[in-house]
Amino acid sequence: MKVEARLFATLREGRGKVLGIELPEGATVADLAARLTIGRKDIAILLVGGRDAALDKPLSDGDVVSIFPPVGGG
Amino acid sequence: MYGYNGKILRVNLTDRSIKVEALDEAKARKYIGGRGLGTRMMMDEVDPSVDALSPANKLMIVTGPLTGTATPTGGRYMAVTKSPLTGTIASSNSGGYFGAELKFAGWDAIILEGKASAPVYMNVVDDTVELLDAAPLWGKALSETTDALEAAHGAKARILAIGPAGERLSLLAAIMNDRWRAAGRSGVGAVMGSKNLKAIVVKGSGKVAVADEAALKDAFAVCMRKIKDNGVTGTGLPTYGTAVLVNIINENGVFPTNNFQEAVFDKAEDISGEALAEKYLKKKDPCFRCPIACGRYCEVDDVKGGGPEYETIWAFGGDCGVSSLGEIIKANYWCNEYGLDTISAGATLAAAMELYQRGLVKKADFGDGPALEFGNADSIVEWTKRMGRVEGFGAKLAQGSYRLCESYGVPELSMTVKKQELPAYDPRGIMGHGVQYATSNRGGCHVRGYMISPEILGLPEKLDRLETAGKPGWAKVFQDFTAAIDSVGLCLFTSFAMGADDYAALYNAVCGGGITGADFVTAGERIWNLEKRYNLAAGIGPDQDTLPPRLLEEPVPAGPSKGLVHPLAKMLPEYYSLRGWDAKGVPTEAKLKALGL
Ligand code: SF4
Repeated sequence: MKVEARLFATLREGRGKVLGIELPEGATVADLAARLTIGRKDIAILLVGGRDAALDKPLSDGDVVSIFPPVGGG
Repeated sequence: MYGYNGKILRVNLTDRSIKVEALDEAKARKYIGGRGLGTRMMMDEVDPSVDALSPANKLMIVTGPLTGTATPTGGRYMAVTKSPLTGTIASSNSGGYFGAELKFAGWDAIILEGKASAPVYMNVVDDTVELLDAAPLWGKALSETTDALEAAHGAKARILAIGPAGERLSLLAAIMNDRWRAAGRSGVGAVMGSKNLKAIVVKGSGKVAVADEAALKDAFAVCMRKIKDNGVTGTGLPTYGTAVLVNIINENGVFPTNNFQEAVFDKAEDISGEALAEKYLKKKDPCFRCPIACGRYCEVDDVKGGGPEYETIWAFGGDCGVSSLGEIIKANYWCNEYGLDTISAGATLAAAMELYQRGLVKKADFGDGPALEFGNADSIVEWTKRMGRVEGFGAKLAQGSYRLCESYGVPELSMTVKKQELPAYDPRGIMGHGVQYATSNRGGCHVRGYMISPEILGLPEKLDRLETAGKPGWAKVFQDFTAAIDSVGLCLFTSFAMGADDYAALYNAVCGGGITGADFVTAGERIWNLEKRYNLAAGIGPDQDTLPPRLLEEPVPAGPSKGLVHPLAKMLPEYYSLRGWDAKGVPTEAKLKALGL
């Protein structure tokens, strides 16, 4: 399956902004983060389809995953 | 006295009398300072039914006990008055350096009364206070005003001033200090303008007395460590400023777009904090003793200066459908120059754009100006200027979106609460934040209880933004806690990292005395209830604890919050009950008594 990873702020460094990632069926958000070499402590806000998600959430083909490091407020 | 200077400066602009009064220490401790003390003094001195722009209203510039001390962000002041925009109590907070300087000059607060017969400004050098002719400054924008006053009084003077918007009584006028720091909201700048007071210049040579220097050092170290270790205050805000929220809020599908007609902006990336850092950011611009330094300094073409903040980028950007960050920076610049609240200014343009979209405002109404249509980047700059100068159709805009929309018979198109423009979060997808918006004592506002922190950012813990259960209680605690922080003289952003006990420790070290974190929050609750009482006496009843009909009735059309409206009616009763108010939303005698009111 293929998912879209959207990365923000410092997570873009060396990775890019929007990435299409092929993953095996049954892969979770944690697998995606591992593929992108994003450590757990660098993930502050994690959304799948704009809704809060946990790292163990299984992904489906076409999912949009947004990952933010600890950032702002205002 | 420790923390407090013990002195209030009372200036009557009508008869030009200048009096020194002793600060009532018991009152100060009960209401902390800043927002709380200012509200108490308003309650004691100004009839809530007064016309906000009449000489009978007073404008109070009030510092907190930690303002001017060696605490993180200890430089804030509050402008407290009755708001001409909302009719409620107004208290607008600002950072920069002015507040600390006022403390160094030996004052806790300035109370401004009456109305000068001709434009004046005030010069305060420690104990020496004089009113001087401001005729040459009247009509001048902020840079020119500040340059002239620095030339006259020295570059070390700290300057607070209004721009043409305040002079011409725009209900969106801010009080500016240190060039581009703003006590932005609720039209406090118009109150200053109505008094014919252009500026206050302050130089101080003193220092704030501290009860226990060793304890302050310890408490300071604890707080600094928390601020540095926290991802938001230690890394996020210093690196990106508040603008990093553009993508966060948009990805959550709660980024109000085209006057809240939509909740996702497809060009958000173009106006994001990441784009700002890459293209326009020149340096950070921190306030007094601030380790967070969220402030930005940007340049584009011939424009340079402070900002823009997230809220500003949203108001002129997503809310107006505009994706040119350069033009947004220019609109922000003109708000700072003319002294306008960027949130209300941008949101009012967005409302005008919807009026035009619906054919209610005609092309001819714009005269020789560009049409205000969603996505038109030139129009936001030009109309911000005309709004700031209060000229032509800009004079209508300068009254805010509620009065604008009402004049076309469609007040429901104004995205306001209590006639003040809502900030950059669509409450249809953030349930607690909606309760907070509806019940805010100064109308549409995000910094009366920043529920975005738990509901989106996950601080101090992550709450599901779509859940309603428990949220009224969270909103209440955030409101009370915030009221106390606004009163003590620190920046609200410290609360991403610091808890009530940390503020209490700083307060005790500076002021002496043994308040607990719980006492601190209770003082905030007392302040909240006092504000509510002021509003009720001013005729702003619980019927105004609501949201614009669009947010209650029209489902979000697309994106992650698709299909949602805000279920306010289901949540308000619990909020009132947790507040100890009656079912109608009025504080009970028992509650007021328990709080010592
Ligand atoms: S966090 Fe930002 S607004 Fe607050 S005191 Fe620091 S620079 Fe000023």
